[in-house]
Amino acid sequence: MVDFPVTELGPADHVEVGEQAPDFTRPLVNAEYWEDVALSDLYGEEPVVLVFHPMDGDFPSTYVWNEIRERAWGEHATVVGCSISSPYEHKRFVAERRLDGDPAYRLFSDPGNGVAEAYGIAHELDGMTGIAEPRPSVFVVDGEGTVEYAWVATEWPEFPDYDEVEAVVRDR
Amino acid sequence: MSEAPDITIYRLQACPFCERAVRKLNELDLPYRSRFVEPMHSERNVVKRVSGKRSVPAIVDENTGVTMSESANIVEYLEATYGGG
Repeated sequence: MVDFPVTELGPADHVEVGEQAPDFTRPLVNAEYWEDVALSDLYGEEPVVLVFHPMDGDFPSTYVWNEIRERAWGEHATVVGCSISSPYEHKRFVAERRLDGDPAYRLFSDPGNGVAEAYGIAHELDGMTGIAEPRPSVFVVDGEGTVEYAWVATEWPEFPDYDEVEAVVRDR
Repeated sequence: MSEAPDITIYRLQACPFCERAVRKLNELDLPYRSRFVEPMHSERNVVKRVSGKRSVPAIVDENTGVTMSESANIVEYLEATYGGG
């Protein structure tokens, strides 16, 4: 249980398990460069774990990526992030959070928040006028683009159930 | 699943020399992918690794096995290889 007050976001009308994951193309950032990549380019033997996180630099992003790196999710899946931060910010975040190791993690840059809208998880930030970003969310997508697992925050802040995601990507 | 194009160009946002090479690629209707790097030379290890230099633009053409820097050279190479006279 959290011991600090949280804000209710209410339910989201998001992409559900069994549905096709909305495909998109955005710059995908690694430790050295970025290039346009489609989500479907990543489909393969291993599932894709698409992690929507708030802007690079806030504490939830830091916590989530430290946890994913420590748990080495990349050994079982292609794990990519997505936030509204620019490619330049993503590149620094990859270095700061040491996401450029083996396995490596890459981050989609979506400053316009259109990907979050397509997934039904867009969220207006209170106190930052004109800025919307994704709700914290995790989608596991199989090689055919079908959503196998979906978690979307209903509180702010809220963190994924890491064990649950891990069970989905490990037990296949 | 999209097929990766043969030509990759390493470029820097707002770099006129990069835009010159990109214009030639577009003019010749060649498919390519853009890999953006950062302004600081120290942040361009990938360019150094593929081309031997840290300057951009640099292109890698899997079709011919050619890797090349300097926009004038690139424009000349593209014209000679794909210009078709």
